[in-house]
Amino acid sequence: MAEITYREALKRALREELARDPEVVVWGEDIVAYGGGGAYAVTAGLAKEFPGRIRDTPIAEEAIVGVGIGAAMGGVRPVVELMTINFALVAWDQIVNHAAKQHHMFNGTIKVPMVMRSPAGFGRTAATHSQNFDAWLASIPGLKVVAPSTPYDAKGLLKSAIRDDDPVFFIEHLALYGTRGEVPDEEYLLPLGVSERKREGRHVTIVTWGRMLVETLKAAKTLSAEGIELDVIDLRTLRPMDLSLAIESLKKTNRAIIVEEGWRSIGLGAEIAASLQEQAFNYLDAPVARVAGLEVPMPYARNLEHATLPFADDVVAAVRAMMANKY
Amino acid sequence: MNKEELVSLYRQMLLIRVFEDKSAEMYAKAKIAGFLHLYNGQEAVAVGALSALRPDDDLVTHYRDHGYALARGLDARKVMAELYGRAGGTTGGRGGSMHIADVSKHFWGGYAIVGGHLPLATGLAYANVHHKTDRIVLAVMGDGSTNIGTFHATLNWAQLWRLPVIFLVENNQYAMGTAISVHSAVTEIYKKAHAYEMLSERADGKDVLAVHDAVAGLAERARSGGGPALLEVVTYRYRAHSMADSDVQRPKAEISEQKERDPIDMFLANVLVARNLITSDEVERIKKRVDEEVEAAVQFADASPEPALDTLYNDIYAQPVANMQIGGSLISPATLYTGNGKHG
Repeated sequence: MAEITYREALKRALREELARDPEVVVWGEDIVAYGGGGAYAVTAGLAKEFPGRIRDTPIAEEAIVGVGIGAAMGGVRPVVELMTINFALVAWDQIVNHAAKQHHMFNGTIKVPMVMRSPAGFGRTAATHSQNFDAWLASIPGLKVVAPSTPYDAKGLLKSAIRDDDPVFFIEHLALYGTRGEVPDEEYLLPLGVSERKREGRHVTIVTWGRMLVETLKAAKTLSAEGIELDVIDLRTLRPMDLSLAIESLKKTNRAIIVEEGWRSIGLGAEIAASLQEQAFNYLDAPVARVAGLEVPMPYARNLEHATLPFADDVVAAVRAMMANKY
Repeated sequence: MNKEELVSLYRQMLLIRVFEDKSAEMYAKAKIAGFLHLYNGQEAVAVGALSALRPDDDLVTHYRDHGYALARGLDARKVMAELYGRAGGTTGGRGGSMHIADVSKHFWGGYAIVGGHLPLATGLAYANVHHKTDRIVLAVMGDGSTNIGTFHATLNWAQLWRLPVIFLVENNQYAMGTAISVHSAVTEIYKKAHAYEMLSERADGKDVLAVHDAVAGLAERARSGGGPALLEVVTYRYRAHSMADSDVQRPKAEISEQKERDPIDMFLANVLVARNLITSDEVERIKKRVDEEVEAAVQFADASPEPALDTLYNDIYAQPVANMQIGGSLISPATLYTGNGKHG
């Protein structure tokens, strides 16, 4: 088994599905020639392998998603790339009003088998280019939302998303593209809507996904040296959300912290905390806690940007505080 | 067109007119709720356009869609039941007036976000090319939708990729209640296509044969690989934007003047009667049959049950995921307070 990057894992998923199914096409801004294939090089080289099926589009996200929806209704399986998740806002009407609603509103007669791939993230790109819309996307009935944290998950989940008959918003992360992990050479699929335990521990349950999984695992290492063992649950899919493993874990540890990158208020952490107390109130030895991004438009300045975002240190601090408190 | 086909155009336009009048009546009786956008005055557009297409050509429309549904041959009873929100409706009462559809007849729906459906129509046209069919797409919109971003993004894309789609703009001269001179810098809508070097034409939307001929020409061209086109048809709607709107903005004199050039009356007098293609007996018979059809539609809708409550969660997804329970959550229903997911 070889170690490859998250970026390479995504490309392999695309390549395999393009080779497997002639209905699969990949559209997006600057994905053919620019920088060798995509602003973040996920599609590099694919246009040569699959002529005509990897296409550059105008910078018009409402059309990228909308034309994708129409093609999907007609039986094509488009994978559309939104260069960054910030630009999904331009396509919001198409995502919410059309992609997500078609199947139910038309009584099951229309399907939209489309994947929208897009990275969340940051990198000194200031307020309009450094956002996280996990909670917004995960609140929409009819949409499936996937947010893989490892190269292995990224490949298996993207392949399943492409084969899925529903619209899937596939949230990638700029900070994850270069991360490495073991990915088997042989084909595999991972089911949507199934969470996974990424680390076994007995003191505190951490519910997380995406980039924050990486930060949480760093924190777990630090805390382990102090004798605190985290039980880390990676949601992997944000809608439909599988909390069964998180609840099972909470019943064991009696403590839970939700770790998310997005804004804290009305975030996914709030939703997950509500669900945990609904289903496992009697098991809780402490209030469910949240680690989240600060609620400010992202500043450009290095120190301010860093202060806005949650990292491993924030997870460590939250766990220590929880373990120190007597309830 | 032969005599039967021409008479059929008259019958279809009349059916739409009578159906819409009956819908207004049922709205007043509170059998129909929400928004109801009626097509009176614009009948020649849907009937003329669809008579120029093949039944397997794809159709995507705006929310003023009853006329297109009937002209595409959807059962008036099911359309009325949809307006009622009943299980026997075209989409089981899920969509209502603005979202009539029948995929088996290649009618992919009425859409209620102005301009939002235009990329979808263009995507369907791509699918037709991808699948190497010669089917084309008709994308119908109003003049008000030609100012929104999706209109321009879509025209650019369709022309860039030379997709087989006809953009049909029903210029009824008002965007809701706002006159075209107030809402659009360009009042001859067909000129907007020039910005994208797209072929465009303008036709009299009150003349069913003029609409037919214009669409037929552009369809032939698109079908043989000639690319997209925009057709503006100038028409007029007799009623308010929707039944929920007052119609105080438009001058009464303008409305009555427009009614003097009625598309149905003109076609009957200037074509069918003038060319001796119909007798007054035949006209009466058609009127009677149309009345009966619309009456049957109302009876069907009245008798159709509301959709079963236990179907509410059906079809949120085409492909359920493992362990999915309620409303897309994997949390089991037993833990929800009400069992219906609303307050869980």
